[in-house]
Amino acid sequence: MKKAFSFAVAAVMLAALLAGCAAGGGKTSSGEVNVYNWGEYIDESIFADFEKQTGIKVNYTTFSDNESMYAVLKTGGSSYDVIIPSDYMISRLIAENMLEKLDFSNIPNYSQIDDKYKKLDYDPTGEYSAAYMTGIVGLIYNTKMIPDDITSWSGLFDSKYAGKILMFDNSRDALAIALLRLGYAVNTTNADELNAAYDLLRQQKPLVQAYVMDQIFDKLESGEAAIAPYYAGDYVTMKESNPDLKFVAPSEGTNQFVDAMCVPKGAANKKNAELFINFMCSKDVSLKNMEYTSYTSPNKDAADEYAKTLDAETAAVMFPSDDILSRCQIYVNLPQDTLRQYDDLWVKLKS
Amino acid sequence: MKKRPLPTSRIFLVLIFIFLYAPIALLIAFSFNSTKSRTVWSGFTFDWYRQLFQDSAIMSSLWTTLTVSIFAALIATVAGTFAAIGLNNMRRRWQSPLLAVSNIPVINADIVTGVSLCLLFVSLGAVLKFELGFGTLLIAHITFNIPYVILSVMPKLRQLDKNLVDAAQDLGCTWFQAFYKVIIPEIMPGIINGMIIAFTMSIDDFVISYFTAGSQVQTLSMTIYSMTRRRISPKINAVSTLLFVFVLIMLLIINFREVRQEERVKKQNSHHHS
Amino acid sequence: MKLRTLAIPYVGWMALFVVTPVVIILAYAVTNSGGAFSLESFAKMGDYISVFIRSFLLAVISTVICIIIGYPVAYILAKERPRLQRILLMLVMLPMWMNFLLRTYAWMSILENTGLLNRLLTAVGLPAVGIINTPGAVVIGMVYNFLPFMILPVYSVIVKIDRSLIEAAQDLGAGGLTIFRKVIFPLSLPGVLSGITMVFVPAVSTFVISQLLGGGSNMLLGDLIEMQFLGTAYNPHLGSAIAFVMMIVVMLCMWLMNKFGAGEEQAVML
Repeated sequence: MKKAFSFAVAAVMLAALLAGCAAGGGKTSSGEVNVYNWGEYIDESIFADFEKQTGIKVNYTTFSDNESMYAVLKTGGSSYDVIIPSDYMISRLIAENMLEKLDFSNIPNYSQIDDKYKKLDYDPTGEYSAAYMTGIVGLIYNTKMIPDDITSWSGLFDSKYAGKILMFDNSRDALAIALLRLGYAVNTTNADELNAAYDLLRQQKPLVQAYVMDQIFDKLESGEAAIAPYYAGDYVTMKESNPDLKFVAPSEGTNQFVDAMCVPKGAANKKNAELFINFMCSKDVSLKNMEYTSYTSPNKDAADEYAKTLDAETAAVMFPSDDILSRCQIYVNLPQDTLRQYDDLWVKLKS
Repeated sequence: MKKRPLPTSRIFLVLIFIFLYAPIALLIAFSFNSTKSRTVWSGFTFDWYRQLFQDSAIMSSLWTTLTVSIFAALIATVAGTFAAIGLNNMRRRWQSPLLAVSNIPVINADIVTGVSLCLLFVSLGAVLKFELGFGTLLIAHITFNIPYVILSVMPKLRQLDKNLVDAAQDLGCTWFQAFYKVIIPEIMPGIINGMIIAFTMSIDDFVISYFTAGSQVQTLSMTIYSMTRRRISPKINAVSTLLFVFVLIMLLIINFREVRQEERVKKQNSHHHS
Repeated sequence: MKLRTLAIPYVGWMALFVVTPVVIILAYAVTNSGGAFSLESFAKMGDYISVFIRSFLLAVISTVICIIIGYPVAYILAKERPRLQRILLMLVMLPMWMNFLLRTYAWMSILENTGLLNRLLTAVGLPAVGIINTPGAVVIGMVYNFLPFMILPVYSVIVKIDRSLIEAAQDLGAGGLTIFRKVIFPLSLPGVLSGITMVFVPAVSTFVISQLLGGGSNMLLGDLIEMQFLGTAYNPHLGSAIAFVMMIVVMLCMWLMNKFGAGEEQAVML
């Protein structure tokens, strides 16, 4: 027994040493691409297809939000080739010179992307990103628990629903709703407007059951809460478990997000990254990913084809009308002072 | 301490185990739910298990988690035991500050440990030419595991009769013999607890791994946390259930083998006596 | 060769992987985003006093409950047959091998107003309890996640308490309670102190639990520090400063506790 133990210890030490060396020596070869994406945001079966088509091996890792991804990029040391941040984070990365310009001659499928999703405010020259998925934030509510017809953000501030309201648990999204409710722009840098939005959230706090992110799924499905803001694509999966739920795009307008593929500065496999982005822009892959995530692909043909397979209500949620889209605002990066104000207001709200 | 436990203490123990296992039972049950919901039961399915085995990302992150946790726990146990014995034999003037420093990874918020270790690895890597990866992940895990081993071993050392070690050395034992024959057997329960706790800490860690694993490996916790914006897939419940059942079966086998061994020893003893 | 030399490799390891990161944190804490020396991060600490107080209070409550529940469990385990002991001990730890997030989400489903616990209570005719989104739920979550780290060290010490000491006390006419108070508890104190360190210290900086079970309306220190690194503004300088202050306060608490604990131990020896 004792011998076995010492042997095990020696073996482990050796293995650890080897593992350490291997990790040290392993510089990525030309046949790889390191992809960094949101969790549960891709149909992973497409990696095998990509490897078969191009012979390039995909190393796939995931993050939970833009800020976690940013913190890792900022701390350095990691060598990603493709990252998929959202709009405002892309403009931040561009501003901080953390992205490579894409060589679109390697991405012929980019022509399939709807022009609506090119050269948007977060990447005005369109040189740094290729849109991957999009969608809008809306109000999701339980029609059994709230018989009224809700059409505006006011539903989240209505004392009638006290204790049944869920609110976003991050400063940007929560304050954006208050800004929209007050008729201000979501990208405002005006300190007074932000303070007014904060005051509105402060008034709302006693009515709020909980500040949540993905707990929204559980709480809406089980009827624990009655009304919450969340993303259109996620509403589609919630409805599978609770058919009483309804999605509305509020009349004041709402936030539209675009998640797009970028190549971080100094990527070791830039060419492979562009080949991967090209692959992701193709119609077939877009269809698969749309089916897996229930989010909306900016590939025009794929979107049209997918919409035909859906019932009218789901199609209207996933592919909002131009009228709704015209009232949507996309986040861009804000100046550091404004971001600090966001964080300060948020701490103030929560203490 | 020979008295049989009272029935009230048995009831208490059962209640505690209900408390410990209620959420586990729930998460196992929902690994068989036909929708992705964690609260609404929509019907029975094995689908998540089937999908799990096709999910290379989850399976490879499970593999990373198990290897890193086992290696980190074993290495930290050996290193932490040595360190604890050494620290215990120091004068208090040195011991207290060193123990305080040793506890820093426990005290510090995980994210701060993670970020600062990442910065350290990046600057070391620039000089020594390595990248973040399995190696740095392992070093990080060993670093935050060792204090837990020390915390588990230290009370046993405090309990250990100092005279025992002195007596052994007076009787001509070398320090190694004193160490191997006297100290280690006495503190074994602490060592084993330390190893179990270290393994548990490793398997559960998310933040420190997140900042030290680099762009090619990912632990299971990292995979799970990254799913949170889109809701954690029931495949994760399935993989946790399998892990749980596997450990439970291992425990039963070990228990069963020990019963047989004990019986054999008893039989042999009775033969000798007759 | 002296036994104390065994600690030397670890001291080296600590210097590289524990002390250096702390120096990095300190460097962040005393600079601003421009990289110049500045104490502006520490100046903001006043805004966070309520967060500090709340976090320490909840951590203390959780630790006390862990001792109250964990000590008897360890004591009962130590009295079981040795073979059963090991299995029960593993069974105490096994739930912690399921992912922390999954466990906490499961608690959310159990404690919710429409959750399992309340459905169970109403089924047997008892009134429902509104515990989710309160500090009480956060404490339950903390106790659940840290209880095994109290049970294990206490058990490992109790199991080896010299039976002759207890018998001697019995011979001297001490009752059960007196034996526990005067013999068993003081002798198990090193285990309890380790347990407190493993429960209280991580509980102060824990995050996610308050978000999932506390309804996210009151921040704890762990959440506050996390927000500096993963919030909108990305302010590692402020995050490091908060973490640094927290570290100092926790160390102070530990120092006081150990001083008190060492006093107790010596009292026993005398």
